[in-house]
Amino acid sequence: MTIQQVESGLASYQILDVEGNLVGEMPDLSAERMLALYRYMRLARAFSDKIIALQRQGRATTFGSLVGQEASAVGLAAPLQPQDWLATSYREIASLIVKGVPLATLVYAFRGFTPSDWPAESRCLPFQVVIGTQMLHAVGLGMAAKIAGDPVVAVGVCGDGATSEGDFNEALNFAGVFQAPVVLIVQNNGWAISVPRHKQSAARSFASRGEGFGVPGELVDGNDIFAVYDSVQRAVERARAGQGPTLIETLTYRIGAHTTADDPTRYRDPAEVEAWRAKDPIARFQKFLTRRNLLDEAQAERIVQEVEEEINEAVQEAEARPSMAPDSFFDYTMAALPPRLQEQRADLLRYVKRKD
Amino acid sequence: MQMTMVEALNSALALELERDERVVLLGEDIGANGGVFRVTERLQQRFGEKRVFDTPLAESAIIGTSIGMAVYGLRPVAEIQFAGFLYLCMNQLVSQAARIRFRSAGAFTCPLVVRAPYGGGVRTPEMHSDSLEGVFSQTPGLKIVLPSNPYDAKGLLSSAVADPDPVLFLENIKLYRSFRQDTPEDYYTIPLGKAKPVQEGTDVSIFAYGAMVNVAQEAAKQAQQEMGTSVEVIDLRTIWPLDEEAIAASVEKTGRAIIVHEAPRAGGIGAEITAVINERCFYSLLKPIQRVTGYDTPYPVPGQEDYYLPTPAKVLSTIREVMEP
Repeated sequence: MTIQQVESGLASYQILDVEGNLVGEMPDLSAERMLALYRYMRLARAFSDKIIALQRQGRATTFGSLVGQEASAVGLAAPLQPQDWLATSYREIASLIVKGVPLATLVYAFRGFTPSDWPAESRCLPFQVVIGTQMLHAVGLGMAAKIAGDPVVAVGVCGDGATSEGDFNEALNFAGVFQAPVVLIVQNNGWAISVPRHKQSAARSFASRGEGFGVPGELVDGNDIFAVYDSVQRAVERARAGQGPTLIETLTYRIGAHTTADDPTRYRDPAEVEAWRAKDPIARFQKFLTRRNLLDEAQAERIVQEVEEEINEAVQEAEARPSMAPDSFFDYTMAALPPRLQEQRADLLRYVKRKD
Repeated sequence: MQMTMVEALNSALALELERDERVVLLGEDIGANGGVFRVTERLQQRFGEKRVFDTPLAESAIIGTSIGMAVYGLRPVAEIQFAGFLYLCMNQLVSQAARIRFRSAGAFTCPLVVRAPYGGGVRTPEMHSDSLEGVFSQTPGLKIVLPSNPYDAKGLLSSAVADPDPVLFLENIKLYRSFRQDTPEDYYTIPLGKAKPVQEGTDVSIFAYGAMVNVAQEAAKQAQQEMGTSVEVIDLRTIWPLDEEAIAASVEKTGRAIIVHEAPRAGGIGAEITAVINERCFYSLLKPIQRVTGYDTPYPVPGQEDYYLPTPAKVLSTIREVMEP
């Protein structure tokens, strides 16, 4: 049995079909840029596999697989300009990489520490785990940009499960009422841990839910990098031009487990996973690039090796970084520590010394 | 100038809007209507809809979008119409606003003020009188301010807006218009985290905040008249951070302590202050610490609320108890 991720018969916006054939109008991307996107998708998959491997060895904490969603995560971040903001869930690590969060910073975070070098200038909020919450942050960032009169757009991303949360609905409502320069994106990967899409919502599609908030919505093939890029690009520029928010649903699939703590064989049919593997976003893009003579087998292999090396270097760098100091969780509780926290910190340090 | 607390808060907000173009006010009915208690009266007319604006009726979104605005670099001052509705934005306030600095190791901060009216005694419907400061006091990263008079309200609100971190600013409904006080029209601040002795005394210390400061003072007056007891009343003004120095100094002097608050007793600020006294100056105590608080029941309906709230009579009776030889 396979799940129903969207009402049957609803067509999602597509530029590359499953076989990598051009079926729509290509976005305006140079050959170099297309290869860069391909490389980011490869990097995302390798990064996900690497962190999961590290987790199995006790070198990383819980991690949610990114596999299968590379076109969606890369495609949604690629159209953003440096001044634009991005507020994501933990499933969009690839988006953060594209927007400029260094790999070693992310690896250090997945070692179980707070990186001290989270780049504020990347304008990526650190991912957080309370589902749907960040959508309101994105809308607030957009509202602020509008108040300040800056040509800045904010993008909020969540998964299909998050659409059931109040904050998701409140975010769409505020975005509509304030005509905030925001793009709200739902990565519909079919599953919220073990709960399938059709048990999450009776709506025809998530994109169609924008209608009720006066926010235009678009259903996009989330495994088609061109479609995602083009749809988000149009929405971002609409927002920048003062034409208000957009809701985008990227139809994709979580090939991996929810996280390293999850066993999907308990709740889903392996045949369904296999059916989606056949729609692999990387393979699809590679077929297109190969057909256009932009990429050959050897180059693709080299890219795979390169990203592997890049990730290994990042892991090395992150593992060479010192662990956070035992009392460092006091550092960023507030700008200045009140006496009580200073005392508590001193108290902790007595025990740390005693242990040594 | 003689101001009510509503006028003092309005004056503080007007000055903030004037001083700093990053300051924006948002909430339900705060624009044309000036807020249900008129704290934001005329501010939208004066500063425009871009700086002072009504939001749809959604508390979580008011705080959630304020977080985005604060991270962006604005200084949002959000009004939640009644503190009882803060539960609707618990996640945004507790799990998000108060953790942005922590989560990002200081890459992003959240200078946000959340104002909300609270407190009983004015015959409001359900959930309009509840005191939630104890609930929020277990939120590392969030400061909690509860002024007891117009002068403090203005100076503390200005400090809250200037603060680099989120501040929950709880305004007692009964105090909004109950008295006027000489309050400067100009800008001034009162530091957060500093208690104020409103009445010096030598026999017993009463720790209170918000509307309970007046209740404590009234009881102190009667105690002086009826028993010749000298009561010290400390207005805490901020309950996070708590001015532990001031609490300990007072108890070391008097040897007796009473804590008064409207919120329920269990796990409340009174319990916290009791623990602080135990830790810091237990051997100064001549008598067990007492609490005069709301009861551990839901806040009652208007017809019954007078029985629920701490009164001068309840506080006076407790003073008598701790003064027994």
